[in-house]
Amino acid sequence: MSESFVRTNHAPERMPPNAHIGVVRWMRENLFSSWFNACLTIFSIVLLFLTLPPLLDWAIFSAVFSGEDGAACRVDGAGACWAFVEAKFGQFLFGRYPAEERWRVLLTLFLGVAGLAPLLIPSEFPKKWFVAYLLVPFPLLAFVFLSGGLFGLATVETSDWGGLMVTLVVAVTGIAASLPLGVLLALGRQSDMPVVRILCVVFIEFWRGVPLITVLFMSSVMLPLFLPEGMSFDKLLRALIGVALFSSAYMAEVVRGGLAAVPAGQYEAAKALGLTYWQSMGRIVLPQALKTVIPGIVNNFIGLFKDTTLVLIIGLFDLLGIVQSNFTDPTWSSPQTATTGYVFAAFVFWIFCFGMSRYSVYMERRLDAGEQR
Amino acid sequence: MSSSPQPWNNPKLRAFAIQLAVLFVVGSFVWIIIDNTITNLQRQNIASGFGFLENPAGFGIALTLVDYTEQSSYGRALLVGFLNTLLVAVIGIFVATILGFTLGIARLSSNWLVAKIATVYIEVVRNVPLLLQLFFWYFAVLRALPLPRESLSLLELAFLNNRGIYVPALLLEGNGLILGLSVLVGIVSAWLIGRHAKRKRLETGEIVKGIAFAPLLVFVLPVLAFLALGMGLKAEVPSLQGFGFKGGWSLIPEFVSLLLALSFYTAAFIAENVRSGILAVSKGQTEAARALGLKPTPILRLVVIPQALRVIIPPLTSQYLNLTKNSSLAVAIAYPDLVSVFSGTVLNQTGQAVEVIAITMTIYLSLSLFTSLVMNWYNRHMALVER
Repeated sequence: MSESFVRTNHAPERMPPNAHIGVVRWMRENLFSSWFNACLTIFSIVLLFLTLPPLLDWAIFSAVFSGEDGAACRVDGAGACWAFVEAKFGQFLFGRYPAEERWRVLLTLFLGVAGLAPLLIPSEFPKKWFVAYLLVPFPLLAFVFLSGGLFGLATVETSDWGGLMVTLVVAVTGIAASLPLGVLLALGRQSDMPVVRILCVVFIEFWRGVPLITVLFMSSVMLPLFLPEGMSFDKLLRALIGVALFSSAYMAEVVRGGLAAVPAGQYEAAKALGLTYWQSMGRIVLPQALKTVIPGIVNNFIGLFKDTTLVLIIGLFDLLGIVQSNFTDPTWSSPQTATTGYVFAAFVFWIFCFGMSRYSVYMERRLDAGEQR
Repeated sequence: MSSSPQPWNNPKLRAFAIQLAVLFVVGSFVWIIIDNTITNLQRQNIASGFGFLENPAGFGIALTLVDYTEQSSYGRALLVGFLNTLLVAVIGIFVATILGFTLGIARLSSNWLVAKIATVYIEVVRNVPLLLQLFFWYFAVLRALPLPRESLSLLELAFLNNRGIYVPALLLEGNGLILGLSVLVGIVSAWLIGRHAKRKRLETGEIVKGIAFAPLLVFVLPVLAFLALGMGLKAEVPSLQGFGFKGGWSLIPEFVSLLLALSFYTAAFIAENVRSGILAVSKGQTEAARALGLKPTPILRLVVIPQALRVIIPPLTSQYLNLTKNSSLAVAIAYPDLVSVFSGTVLNQTGQAVEVIAITMTIYLSLSLFTSLVMNWYNRHMALVER
């Protein structure tokens, strides 16, 4: 009688071979999948080895973090002079704005953030009141608080404004002005009326075809010539006008893309319901158009934010301008001062721009969720 | 019962009225500006017109591609500045394109480390103002280099100091015309071979072997001509004389920093365009090509890249335009470009604000329009022909 072998118990589970799990497998798949990839990996490691240690050494291990003046930074082999940034921090934020009046800038910032934050977080409460607040009362309040002269606030000339504050003023004004102007221009470009359309096309193509520097030069040397005798504009205001006109042309092109993406049926349906032009645009077309181009709009904002640095060329002190002007301070002169200052300024700009770009990615995903089934 | 039509309910009439109003408002706005400008100019006794272009400039320019002396006219200075803008823009576009494509592909690499390095580069460079990067290169890097006497040198042939980069000049002995002709012949024959190969592929489906090497003709022919004619090359090594270097080819630090800043910055944007272009080609295309039995390289060259280029070219055009316009940041470090020479020095010397700004803007506008024309033509050439 032959016995058949029937297994009655389970074999114990065993781990897969080492080469198929964990770090080894990950490395095989992501770093050494072919000889070419292996070469690239080795090349990258060499590259990192050549750059990272000196960078870390400069920024942290050999860096000077405290000191009354630049003496510690002038030592041979010293790294980043962070003490310089620490000492000048107030200037970098506010420029020559009087120290006892700086609370006004912070208050303005708070008022702006208070109005903006509810718009940025997805929530159900009515947003139109916040939009209305940001469009009318806030700019007036900001103007009064920043320049003073009313309600017993001391006047602070714009020539004393500087640093991050000017960067934000130019960027926010440019953004706030370019959005409505850009929408109007985009609508005008789509208009059936030839005169309106041609004027908008010429306006948009002109501003988009010239560099911002020439626009700023124009606003600083030509704008005074345009005005009647005896009337003159503040230097900062002139730059603001130039920046606003320039960025509205770019905004118009972004919005135009959004308008083109709205299906023709939506226009026709609005017309069939008997809505007027402004009703159908304001309630049907624009909400859809703007929603689709939020990433483009944010990209424009980022570009505008970076471009604010150019105002230093016409003699305004934005963050970059004030950082650079402090390099000439003899008490802080050292071989590392300039590099440290630039790295600090770059970091501040990077935080803002990277933050905005992450926000746009987040919005894109969130808006996209509605389209997915 | 129909109500009597009101004139403001007639769309045609209304559109006409609106346009008339717009025209009136814009027209009077422009007229007021022109009127004010003329009054202001007369009050300041500034002669208008373009006659000043004939006057001698009286200032020197650090980098000139054409003959220019201090006795040359303002018009000549304009030309010098314009050529310097073109120089940095063309070389910048070339470098940025190569770097941008490399970075864009690297960000999609299956190699984790390479992809991460490319991502970090792109996210850092894209989010820092260009002017800041320009200052960084110029003031923090190139200005921090040693003086000419203590130059960093490579085998005592090339030198790097805070006055610029000096490399040996290659001087050709013999007939340069023949060499130029052979380059031309190389380009034409490579183009003809490529066209022939493409026609054959479309007619028979057969891929001509070795077609990938045809572009090499552009280099091979001149080298052959060079050897056959027994021409010689002489290198002129730069040497330290007095306070600076003499001889050889040199690049001024302003040019180097502007070129570095422009091309590194734009490359980050081009990389993103390239990445989105490649991602836009649907996976089904690669799979279908593989199912047809194509090998990886032809799949990339014949299926993926042509389709990706269609998505890449329009935004690439804008990046080229941006680079050209951004070259105007040169004014911040006094690289003698169009804006720096003309809207800077010439404007300050003559006070002819209106004319100078108008000329500068017109030149940039025409450059922009010309680039878009060329790129649109190329785009149409590459675009998908749909029924």
